[in-house]
This record gives sequence, structure tokens and C-alpha cells, in this order.
Amino acid sequence: MANEEAIRISELTGEPMPGGRETDLRARSRLSSRLGRLGLIGVPYLWLLILFLLPFVIVLKISFSDITIAMPPYTPVFDWADGVSGNLAKVKEFTLQNYGFLASDALYYLSYLSSLKIAAISTVLTLLIGFPLAYGMARSPREWRPLLVMLVILPFWTSFLIRVYAWMGILSREGLLNQFLIWLGVIDPANPLVILSTNTAVYIGIVYSYLPFMVLPLYATLEKLDETLLEAAADLGCPPWKAFWQITVPLAIPGVIAGCFLVFIPAVGEFVIPDLLGGSQTLMIGRTLWTEFFNNRDWPISSAIAVVLLLILVIPIVYFQNQQARLQESEK
Amino acid sequence: MRDALAGGLVAAALIVAGPAAAQDKVVNVYNWSDYIDESILKDFEAETGIKVNYDVFDSNEILETKLLAGSTGYDVVVPTASFLARQIQAGVFSELDKSELPNIKNMWPVIAERTAIYDPDNTYSINYMWGTTGLGYNVDKVKERLGEDAPVDSWALVFDPANAEKLQDCGIHMLDAPEEIIPAALNYIGLDPNARDRESFEKASEMLAKIRPYVQKFHSSEYINALANGDICVAIGWSGDVFQARDRAAEADNGVSVEYSIPKEGALMWFDQMAIPKDAPHPENAMAFINFMMKPEEIAKATNYVYYANGNEASQEFIEAEILDDPQIYPPEDVLERLYTVEVYNPRDQRNLTRTWTSVKSGI
Repeated sequence: MANEEAIRISELTGEPMPGGRETDLRARSRLSSRLGRLGLIGVPYLWLLILFLLPFVIVLKISFSDITIAMPPYTPVFDWADGVSGNLAKVKEFTLQNYGFLASDALYYLSYLSSLKIAAISTVLTLLIGFPLAYGMARSPREWRPLLVMLVILPFWTSFLIRVYAWMGILSREGLLNQFLIWLGVIDPANPLVILSTNTAVYIGIVYSYLPFMVLPLYATLEKLDETLLEAAADLGCPPWKAFWQITVPLAIPGVIAGCFLVFIPAVGEFVIPDLLGGSQTLMIGRTLWTEFFNNRDWPISSAIAVVLLLILVIPIVYFQNQQARLQESEK
Repeated sequence: MRDALAGGLVAAALIVAGPAAAQDKVVNVYNWSDYIDESILKDFEAETGIKVNYDVFDSNEILETKLLAGSTGYDVVVPTASFLARQIQAGVFSELDKSELPNIKNMWPVIAERTAIYDPDNTYSINYMWGTTGLGYNVDKVKERLGEDAPVDSWALVFDPANAEKLQDCGIHMLDAPEEIIPAALNYIGLDPNARDRESFEKASEMLAKIRPYVQKFHSSEYINALANGDICVAIGWSGDVFQARDRAAEADNGVSVEYSIPKEGALMWFDQMAIPKDAPHPENAMAFINFMMKPEEIAKATNYVYYANGNEASQEFIEAEILDDPQIYPPEDVLERLYTVEVYNPRDQRNLTRTWTSVKSGI
């Protein structure tokens, strides 16, 4: 067994095959390196366990409970104090009524749909703005690039909330944008543009806030792109626009996918931007969830909304990842 | 969500600091924003040597969610009575030992009687301020659009679609608070403002749907500036907030004159109550703070500053005449009778109320 592995390692590393006492030593060092590796992998897993899985299990548990007037405002379905048999008995009366409730009112269905739509449109807009930006950065002189990356990151140095508030000042009726356009004489002072408190303002807010998350992965991919491929294409008489579509774009796809995920996923659950920039007709699941949690104090229903939101996001992503993995397998 | 996270971290820090802090001479107060004359806090610190950590919120919902989650680290909180009633049921507060509150003799029986609807015998709370939810309006702009005899003393000013349509271009704001607007709508269409059956809610919703197209915004604080700057014509808002708008406009001398009126059909009377959470880290200091806030000259300072009436009878001799004699702040007997209170909604009614409100606002 140990020998077999030793052979495999010697094959991989190209070192001569060890024998006798040396195998023992190798086995021992291999064990410690395996422990080291386990420790290294353990850190992110522990992170996931504590910061994702544990909170998720708590939310899932609340989503099966009933609302009540108490502290906290729900009756736990499962309780450690009941022991194993007590909890097993409860499994029988366990219901999905909170999830059923979500299906009974069109409000929830429409909120999910509207959130997905707003997030999808925002992602496309972010990509349309982000790609040329990242491309320009990747093609700029090498010594400028760190500065340009810095400029993309710079807005993060100010609070996200303050930047969204700033947009309220820009987009309002008496805001900077309208003042500027009136000064230019483009619009009539009596009829200023109404952008704040509409979905347009929400799109502007999301695209602005999430642009760096699109630009950075795109830049990382485009910067690594092997320029000799483009030179070869030019040598063989390929026009630059065709080389762009046939070489640059396909090679940038991993960056596009990463960027789109980084924008789309948080945008679906966004609450602050629609709340501050949107109007009362702006329907997004984040706001519906807020209403359930704060106005109705209904922790079970809001937890159910959160679980469904997570499933809506996770299932397609896992499916997509599987497809990608299969595609790569078949290419081998 | 970010707030909740930050709040959680603060709470966690307070828990960790708990045992050490127990001996500290501090009191953590959580009150509404723009709701106190800060010199009162300095007076308290000077007199007792207890340092005040003063933190503010701007909605009952935020306060209630924190209280229900527990371990807020706050010693004194100031919820509105209709919310307080539910929090009492949930077991959030500890009873007040009245023998440790000698200044309670200064309180006003008329108000104590009304707050007892929410907090029987006022066991858990002491009134801080009270006020009404009515109409704030821009005098000149409303006259310009609706003539000299504009119905500024009636809900019809905004609830009648014909009026609302004429006021549309200069702007109507409403509090984003179903507990305040739905009862007002019920009151206007001649139903019991305290009703909580689906049918009544639907009727209120139908009426509000007719004026919905003319409402520019549902928001619970922006109307103060909007009224003061002359950006809007009418707001359904809280009395003291409208008076703040009136004063800001007067200070700015921008030619805008703002007035407040209690509609003749009746208006909601609300009470903000000081109470001590059960898990307060410094309950004794909290008692000292509440007792101090019942000193006539101190609470009068707050009223003179925020233009809300308080529930302290002895303080009235220290209140400026222009406030005490203003029938919109300290309403006379006959007006007081028209003011209604709304009892706490149970979870099912609350859900129907919120759902009605969502459908008024978004049409879904």
C-alpha cells in the first residue's frame, strides 16, 4: 500500500524510487504533510461551517416554527431540551405551512421575480460598462495599471451607505444632475427629470455600487491574456475586431462568469439601494423580507423567504458548476 | 441588515463588557432622533455623576426588533405605547418600583389614564411625550390651489380625491406607518379607527387607492425638510415634526409658512413611554434617569425644545406660553375628546394591516 503510493509519487516527481528505511522516513513526512494540508483546507471549511452553515441551519429551524408574542417572537419547533425521542415525535407534526403561505400570496412570487429581473438587467448593464473599462485597463501601459486598479478600488474607502446617499443628492428633483441640465438649458426648470424614487435610480445605484466587482475579475483575466495570440492572428491577416471576438472574448469568459456572479447574487438580495433610491412601487425581495421581519415581526415567514431566496440562487449555480465540470471532463 | 449586524456586534460587545460595566456609572439610553434638549443630559450627568450614552432610532419597528431579539444593552428605551403594549406581553420590560420614583407625583392624571390603556396601572412605563398625527401644510400653496376656504381642518384636504388632485403638483407626503394612516382613513370614511376586520381594512384601502396616484412619497421623516423648504404642500405627519418644520422655515426666512392642524373628524393620539428592559445592565441608573426626567423643569426644557406636549402636569408652569396655549399642541377639552387611540394588533391583524398597506403603496 505504502509502496504503491511511493511509486506514484516517484512517477509524479520523477525522483528515483526509494527503498528500505527511506520508505519509512518518507511515509512519516508524508503523514505530516497530509496533516498540514488537512489543517490548511480545514480553515476555509471551518469558516464556511461557522459563518454560513450554522446561521443557515438556525434560519432553517426558525422557518419551521410558529409566530408568537414573546422574546424571541417564535415558538421553536425543535428544542435540545426535548431530547431525541421528543424531537422525533415532533417530526410527525412538522409542517411546511410557512412555505405554503409564501405560495398563497402573489406578493412573494412577484417580489422574487422582480428582484431577479432587476438583478439580471443590472448585471448586463454592469458587464456592458465593465468590459470596456477592464479591457482599457489591461491594454494600458504596464506602469499605469496599478494606479488604474487603485482607482477602481478607491470608492470602497468611503462607506457604501454614504455613496448611496450621495446618489440621492445627485438624482433628486433639486439635485446636482437637474441643476446641471437646467444650467445647460437642456431641460425646462419647471419640469425637472424625476429619477429618484423610481426603478431607474435603483439600476443606477446597483450598477454604480457593483461595478468594481465586475471590473476586477475581468481585468485579472484580460491582463493574463497571451498577446502573442493576437499578434499571430494579425500576422495571418485577421482584422482586429474579428480577433477580438474570436480570441479575446472567448478567453475572457471565466472572468465574465466570475464578474456576473459577483454582481448578480448580491444584487438579487439587495435592500439598501432599493430602499433609499427606489420608490414605494419598487418591489424587491429584500424589502419584502424587511417588512415581514420589522413590520409584522414574523420571524418564521421572513426565514422562509430567506431560505427560498437561497435555494433560488444556489440551485442554478450548483447546476451550472456541474455542467462546467462535466464540460471540462469531456474536453480532456 | 448592515444595521442589524452592527447592532449585534455592539450588543455582543456590551455583553462581554457586562460584568465589568455593572459597577460603571453609566446609563445607556435609546430614544427617538431629534427628541431631546441635550442640555438635559448634561444636567443629569452633573447631578448624579452617571454618564449618559445616548443613542437614537427613527422607527418603532427597529426598536421592537432589537428588544425582541434581546440583550440590547440599553437601560432606558422609549417605544410608542401601542408598541409597548405588545412588548409588555412579550415580557421585554421589568416592572417599575414606584417607591423609587418620588417625582412620579408630578405626572398628569389625564395622560396617565390614557396610557393605562396600553400599560395597565402604568406598571412598566412613564410617559415621555405625547402628540397627535394630523395635517402639516404650506399655508400659501394650499390657498393658491384650493382657495381661501381650503379644508385645512379636515382629512378631506388629502383624502378627498378632488383636493388631492389639485395638490398633486406641489406634493403630498404621508407617514410610512400603517398603524397611523389606516386608522385615519377609517376615521375619515366614518368607520371605527380601531377596527381590525378585513372588511374595514379593504374599505380603507379602496379609499386610499383613489388618492394614491397623487401621493408623492410615503416616508416618516423626510417631510420635515420638505415642508420647511416649501417642496411639498401637505404631509400627514406627527405634530411636533410639523412644528419643527414651521420653525426651520421661520429661521430660514424663506417665505414659507407651515401650519399644523388636528382634523375635525378626529386624529390619533399617541404616547412615547420610557421603560426599562429586563436585561438592562444598569437598572438602578435607569431608575435614576427616569426619575430625573420627571423633574418639572427638566422635562419642560424638552418640550420647549421639541414642541411636543409631555405627560407631566407640574412642568406646565415652566413651558413657554406659546406652546402651552397652542391648541394644536395642548388641545382644549373638546378637541381632546375627538382624539382616538389605537389598541395593539395581534399578529394576524398586524399581517392584514401590513398587507393592506403594501397594496396601497405598490398596488399589489
